[in-house]
Amino acid sequence: MNIDWTHFSPWASLAGGAVIGLATALYLLANGRIAGIAGILASPLRALMAGTTLGPDVNRLLFILGLLLAPWAWRLVAPLPVAVVDVGTGSLLVAGLLVGVGVRMGNGCTSGHGVCGLSRFSGRSLANVLAFMGAGFVTVFVLRHVL
Amino acid sequence: MSNVFGFVSGLIFGIGLILAGMTQPLKVKGFLDLAGAWDPSLALVMGGAIALGVVAFAMARRRERSWTGAPMEIPTNRTIDRRLVTGGVLFGTGWGIAGFCPGPALVALGSGMGSAAIFVAAMLGGMVVHDKLLAPRVSGRA
Repeated sequence: MNIDWTHFSPWASLAGGAVIGLATALYLLANGRIAGIAGILASPLRALMAGTTLGPDVNRLLFILGLLLAPWAWRLVAPLPVAVVDVGTGSLLVAGLLVGVGVRMGNGCTSGHGVCGLSRFSGRSLANVLAFMGAGFVTVFVLRHVL
Repeated sequence: MSNVFGFVSGLIFGIGLILAGMTQPLKVKGFLDLAGAWDPSLALVMGGAIALGVVAFAMARRRERSWTGAPMEIPTNRTIDRRLVTGGVLFGTGWGIAGFCPGPALVALGSGMGSAAIFVAAMLGGMVVHDKLLAPRVSGRA
Protein backbone atom coordinates (compact mmCIF):
# COMPACT_ATOMS: atom_id res chain seq x y z
CA MET A 1 0.00 0.00 0.00
CA ASN A 2 1.18 3.41 -1.07
CA ILE A 3 0.08 6.39 1.05
CA ASP A 4 -0.53 9.68 -0.75
CA TRP A 5 1.20 11.96 1.81
CA THR A 6 0.76 15.08 -0.38
CA HIS A 7 -3.02 15.00 -0.14
CA PHE A 8 -3.37 13.33 3.26
CA SER A 9 -5.10 15.87 5.54
CA PRO A 10 -5.46 14.14 8.92
CA TRP A 11 -6.25 17.17 11.09
CA ALA A 12 -8.68 18.90 8.75
CA SER A 13 -10.48 15.62 8.08
CA LEU A 14 -10.65 14.66 11.75
CA ALA A 15 -11.90 18.15 12.65
CA GLY A 16 -14.38 18.14 9.75
CA GLY A 17 -15.64 14.76 10.92
CA ALA A 18 -16.10 16.15 14.44
CA VAL A 19 -18.10 19.09 13.03
CA ILE A 20 -20.28 16.62 11.09
CA GLY A 21 -20.72 14.67 14.35
CA LEU A 22 -21.69 17.89 16.13
CA ALA A 23 -24.37 18.66 13.52
CA THR A 24 -25.64 15.07 13.78
CA ALA A 25 -25.82 15.40 17.57
CA LEU A 26 -27.67 18.72 17.35
CA TYR A 27 -30.26 17.42 14.86
CA LEU A 28 -30.79 14.26 16.93
CA LEU A 29 -31.09 15.89 20.35
CA ALA A 30 -33.04 18.94 19.15
CA ASN A 31 -35.39 17.36 16.61
CA GLY A 32 -35.28 13.71 17.63
CA ARG A 33 -34.23 12.59 14.17
CA ILE A 34 -31.40 10.88 12.33
CA ALA A 35 -29.33 13.28 10.20
CA GLY A 36 -29.32 10.97 7.19
CA ILE A 37 -29.14 13.04 4.01
CA ALA A 38 -30.76 10.40 1.78
CA GLY A 39 -33.79 10.22 4.08
CA ILE A 40 -33.93 13.99 4.57
CA LEU A 41 -34.07 14.39 0.76
CA ALA A 42 -36.39 11.49 0.09
CA SER A 43 -39.12 12.48 2.54
CA PRO A 44 -40.13 15.84 0.96
CA LEU A 45 -39.55 14.34 -2.50
CA ARG A 46 -42.07 11.59 -1.68
CA ALA A 47 -44.55 14.17 -0.43
CA LEU A 48 -44.14 16.17 -3.66
CA MET A 49 -44.69 13.07 -5.80
CA ALA A 50 -47.74 12.05 -3.78
CA GLY A 51 -49.13 15.60 -3.79
CA THR A 52 -49.43 15.62 0.01
CA THR A 53 -48.53 18.51 2.28
CA LEU A 54 -44.90 19.48 2.83
CA GLY A 55 -45.67 20.69 6.37
CA PRO A 56 -43.91 17.88 8.27
CA ASP A 57 -40.91 18.23 5.92
CA VAL A 58 -40.23 21.93 6.44
CA ASN A 59 -37.44 21.27 8.95
CA ARG A 60 -35.87 18.81 6.46
CA LEU A 61 -36.08 21.34 3.62
CA LEU A 62 -34.39 23.86 5.90
CA PHE A 63 -31.66 21.32 6.69
CA ILE A 64 -31.11 21.01 2.93
CA LEU A 65 -31.07 24.81 2.62
CA GLY A 66 -28.39 24.85 5.32
CA LEU A 67 -26.30 22.41 3.27
CA LEU A 68 -26.74 24.53 0.13
CA LEU A 69 -25.72 27.73 1.97
CA ALA A 70 -22.74 26.17 3.80
CA PRO A 71 -20.29 27.08 1.00
CA TRP A 72 -21.50 30.70 1.16
CA ALA A 73 -20.87 30.82 4.92
CA TRP A 74 -17.44 29.27 4.29
CA ARG A 75 -16.59 31.90 1.66
CA LEU A 76 -17.16 34.66 4.22
CA VAL A 77 -14.05 33.39 6.01
CA ALA A 78 -11.89 31.56 3.47
CA PRO A 79 -11.84 30.48 -0.18
CA LEU A 80 -13.51 27.13 -0.85
CA PRO A 81 -11.18 24.17 -1.46
CA VAL A 82 -10.87 23.42 -5.17
CA ALA A 83 -13.30 20.65 -6.12
CA VAL A 84 -12.33 18.59 -9.17
CA VAL A 85 -14.68 16.19 -10.95
CA ASP A 86 -12.78 13.94 -13.36
CA VAL A 87 -15.71 12.41 -15.27
CA GLY A 88 -18.01 13.72 -18.01
CA THR A 89 -21.73 14.44 -18.08
CA GLY A 90 -22.74 10.90 -19.08
CA SER A 91 -20.84 9.35 -16.18
CA LEU A 92 -22.25 11.94 -13.77
CA LEU A 93 -25.78 11.05 -14.86
CA VAL A 94 -25.17 7.31 -14.45
CA ALA A 95 -23.47 7.87 -11.08
CA GLY A 96 -26.29 10.09 -9.83
CA LEU A 97 -28.93 7.56 -10.88
CA LEU A 98 -27.06 4.71 -9.16
CA VAL A 99 -26.66 6.76 -5.98
CA GLY A 100 -30.33 7.81 -6.01
CA VAL A 101 -31.68 4.28 -6.52
CA GLY A 102 -29.09 2.77 -4.20
CA VAL A 103 -29.67 5.01 -1.19
CA ARG A 104 -33.44 4.51 -1.41
CA MET A 105 -33.16 0.74 -1.81
CA GLY A 106 -30.67 0.52 1.06
CA ASN A 107 -32.53 3.17 3.08
CA GLY A 108 -29.55 5.40 3.77
CA CYS A 109 -26.16 6.71 2.74
CA THR A 110 -22.81 7.77 4.20
CA SER A 111 -24.56 9.85 6.87
CA GLY A 112 -27.62 7.75 7.81
CA HIS A 113 -25.93 4.34 7.78
CA GLY A 114 -22.32 5.52 8.02
CA VAL A 115 -22.20 8.19 10.73
CA CYS A 116 -25.52 7.57 12.50
CA GLY A 117 -25.75 3.80 12.04
CA LEU A 118 -22.22 3.06 13.16
CA SER A 119 -22.57 5.51 16.08
CA ARG A 120 -25.47 3.46 17.43
CA PHE A 121 -23.69 0.15 16.73
CA SER A 122 -26.28 -1.04 14.19
CA GLY A 123 -25.36 -4.31 12.48
CA ARG A 124 -27.81 -3.47 9.69
CA SER A 125 -26.00 -0.20 9.00
CA LEU A 126 -22.61 -1.91 9.17
CA ALA A 127 -23.77 -4.35 6.47
CA ASN A 128 -24.81 -1.46 4.23
CA VAL A 129 -21.57 0.47 4.90
CA LEU A 130 -19.45 -2.59 4.03
CA ALA A 131 -21.48 -2.98 0.80
CA PHE A 132 -21.08 0.63 -0.36
CA MET A 133 -17.46 0.94 0.72
CA GLY A 134 -16.61 -2.34 -0.96
CA ALA A 135 -18.40 -1.30 -4.16
CA GLY A 136 -16.63 2.08 -4.05
CA PHE A 137 -13.20 0.45 -3.72
CA VAL A 138 -13.94 -2.02 -6.54
CA THR A 139 -15.37 0.68 -8.84
CA VAL A 140 -12.35 2.96 -8.49
CA PHE A 141 -10.01 -0.01 -8.89
CA VAL A 142 -11.73 -1.05 -12.12
CA LEU A 143 -11.94 2.50 -13.51
CA ARG A 144 -8.33 3.39 -12.69
CA HIS A 145 -6.39 0.15 -12.93
CA VAL A 146 -8.32 -2.26 -15.17
CA LEU A 147 -10.08 -0.27 -17.91
CA MET B 1 -38.06 26.04 16.77
CA SER B 2 -37.43 22.66 15.12
CA ASN B 3 -37.11 24.55 11.83
CA VAL B 4 -34.32 26.71 13.22
CA PHE B 5 -32.52 23.61 14.49
CA GLY B 6 -33.03 21.98 11.09
CA PHE B 7 -31.41 24.89 9.27
CA VAL B 8 -28.53 25.30 11.75
CA SER B 9 -27.81 21.55 11.74
CA GLY B 10 -27.68 21.53 7.93
CA LEU B 11 -25.40 24.55 7.85
CA ILE B 12 -22.96 23.07 10.41
CA PHE B 13 -23.13 19.67 8.66
CA GLY B 14 -22.23 21.31 5.34
CA ILE B 15 -19.32 23.27 6.85
CA GLY B 16 -18.05 20.01 8.36
CA LEU B 17 -18.22 18.32 4.93
CA ILE B 18 -16.17 21.14 3.36
CA LEU B 19 -13.57 21.11 6.16
CA ALA B 20 -13.34 17.33 6.00
CA GLY B 21 -12.57 17.33 2.26
CA MET B 22 -15.76 15.41 1.36
CA THR B 23 -16.83 18.03 -1.20
CA GLN B 24 -13.74 17.33 -3.35
CA PRO B 25 -14.68 14.36 -5.57
CA LEU B 26 -11.07 13.72 -6.61
CA LYS B 27 -10.04 13.50 -2.94
CA VAL B 28 -12.89 11.05 -2.26
CA LYS B 29 -11.69 8.90 -5.14
CA GLY B 30 -8.17 9.13 -3.73
CA PHE B 31 -9.55 7.50 -0.59
CA LEU B 32 -11.32 4.79 -2.61
CA ASP B 33 -8.16 4.06 -4.65
CA LEU B 34 -6.49 1.48 -2.43
CA ALA B 35 -4.26 0.24 -5.25
CA GLY B 36 -2.98 3.67 -6.27
CA ALA B 37 -1.65 6.57 -4.19
CA TRP B 38 -4.04 6.11 -1.24
CA ASP B 39 -5.29 9.13 0.71
CA PRO B 40 -6.61 7.76 4.04
CA SER B 41 -8.10 11.12 5.15
CA LEU B 42 -11.73 10.12 4.82
CA ALA B 43 -11.35 7.30 7.34
CA LEU B 44 -10.55 10.05 9.85
CA VAL B 45 -13.72 11.92 8.85
CA MET B 46 -15.75 8.86 9.82
CA GLY B 47 -13.71 8.50 13.02
CA GLY B 48 -14.25 12.12 14.07
CA ALA B 49 -17.97 12.01 13.29
CA ILE B 50 -18.59 8.71 15.05
CA ALA B 51 -16.65 9.81 18.17
CA LEU B 52 -19.28 12.52 18.71
CA GLY B 53 -22.10 10.42 17.30
CA VAL B 54 -21.63 7.67 19.90
CA VAL B 55 -22.02 10.23 22.70
CA ALA B 56 -25.03 11.84 21.00
CA PHE B 57 -26.91 8.53 20.60
CA ALA B 58 -26.09 7.51 24.18
CA MET B 59 -27.62 10.82 25.35
CA ALA B 60 -30.60 10.48 22.98
CA ARG B 61 -31.44 6.99 24.24
CA ARG B 62 -31.95 8.34 27.75
CA ARG B 63 -34.58 10.77 26.55
CA GLU B 64 -38.22 10.22 25.62
CA ARG B 65 -38.49 13.51 23.76
CA SER B 66 -36.15 15.87 21.95
CA TRP B 67 -35.37 19.43 23.09
CA THR B 68 -38.25 20.67 20.91
CA GLY B 69 -40.62 18.06 22.34
CA ALA B 70 -40.63 15.74 19.31
CA PRO B 71 -40.51 11.98 19.95
CA MET B 72 -37.03 10.44 19.69
CA GLU B 73 -37.09 8.54 16.42
CA ILE B 74 -34.10 6.23 16.59
CA PRO B 75 -34.38 3.43 13.98
CA THR B 76 -35.30 0.01 15.31
CA ASN B 77 -35.07 -1.96 12.05
CA ARG B 78 -32.46 -4.72 12.33
CA THR B 79 -33.23 -6.60 9.11
CA ILE B 80 -30.26 -7.39 6.93
CA ASP B 81 -31.67 -8.44 3.56
CA ARG B 82 -30.81 -8.38 -0.11
CA ARG B 83 -32.31 -4.91 -0.66
CA LEU B 84 -30.06 -3.42 2.02
CA VAL B 85 -26.91 -4.92 0.50
CA THR B 86 -27.87 -4.40 -3.16
CA GLY B 87 -28.77 -0.78 -2.40
CA GLY B 88 -25.36 -0.32 -0.78
CA VAL B 89 -23.59 -1.84 -3.79
CA LEU B 90 -25.47 0.41 -6.26
CA PHE B 91 -24.80 3.48 -4.13
CA GLY B 92 -21.10 2.62 -3.73
CA THR B 93 -20.72 2.09 -7.48
CA GLY B 94 -22.14 5.54 -8.23
CA TRP B 95 -20.03 7.05 -5.43
CA GLY B 96 -16.91 5.49 -6.95
CA ILE B 97 -17.72 6.77 -10.46
CA ALA B 98 -18.35 10.41 -9.54
CA GLY B 99 -16.79 10.84 -6.09
CA PHE B 100 -20.02 12.40 -4.78
CA CYS B 101 -22.34 11.07 -2.10
CA PRO B 102 -25.65 12.86 -1.37
CA GLY B 103 -24.60 15.43 1.28
CA PRO B 104 -21.41 16.69 -0.38
CA ALA B 105 -23.21 16.81 -3.75
CA LEU B 106 -25.77 19.22 -2.26
CA VAL B 107 -23.03 21.38 -0.74
CA ALA B 108 -21.17 21.45 -4.08
CA LEU B 109 -24.46 22.33 -5.81
CA GLY B 110 -24.89 25.24 -3.40
CA SER B 111 -21.44 26.51 -4.29
CA GLY B 112 -22.59 26.79 -7.91
CA MET B 113 -20.76 23.78 -9.35
CA GLY B 114 -22.36 22.71 -12.64
CA SER B 115 -21.28 19.06 -12.46
CA ALA B 116 -22.86 18.80 -9.00
CA ALA B 117 -26.14 20.10 -10.45
CA ILE B 118 -26.08 17.33 -13.08
CA PHE B 119 -25.30 14.71 -10.44
CA VAL B 120 -28.01 15.92 -8.03
CA ALA B 121 -30.64 16.04 -10.78
CA ALA B 122 -29.85 12.43 -11.71
CA MET B 123 -29.80 11.41 -8.04
CA LEU B 124 -33.26 12.88 -7.38
CA GLY B 125 -34.41 11.13 -10.57
CA GLY B 126 -32.98 7.86 -9.23
CA MET B 127 -34.83 8.31 -5.94
CA VAL B 128 -38.12 8.89 -7.76
CA VAL B 129 -37.47 5.92 -10.08
CA HIS B 130 -36.91 3.72 -7.04
CA ASP B 131 -39.94 4.92 -5.11
CA LYS B 132 -42.31 4.93 -8.09
CA LEU B 133 -41.21 1.89 -10.05
CA LEU B 134 -39.02 -0.40 -7.97
CA ALA B 135 -40.67 -0.23 -4.56
CA PRO B 136 -43.84 1.87 -4.61
CA ARG B 137 -44.98 0.54 -1.24
CA VAL B 138 -41.76 0.84 0.71
CA SER B 139 -41.24 3.84 2.93
CA GLY B 140 -39.09 4.75 5.90
CA ARG B 141 -35.50 5.86 6.12
CA ALA B 142 -32.03 5.09 7.46
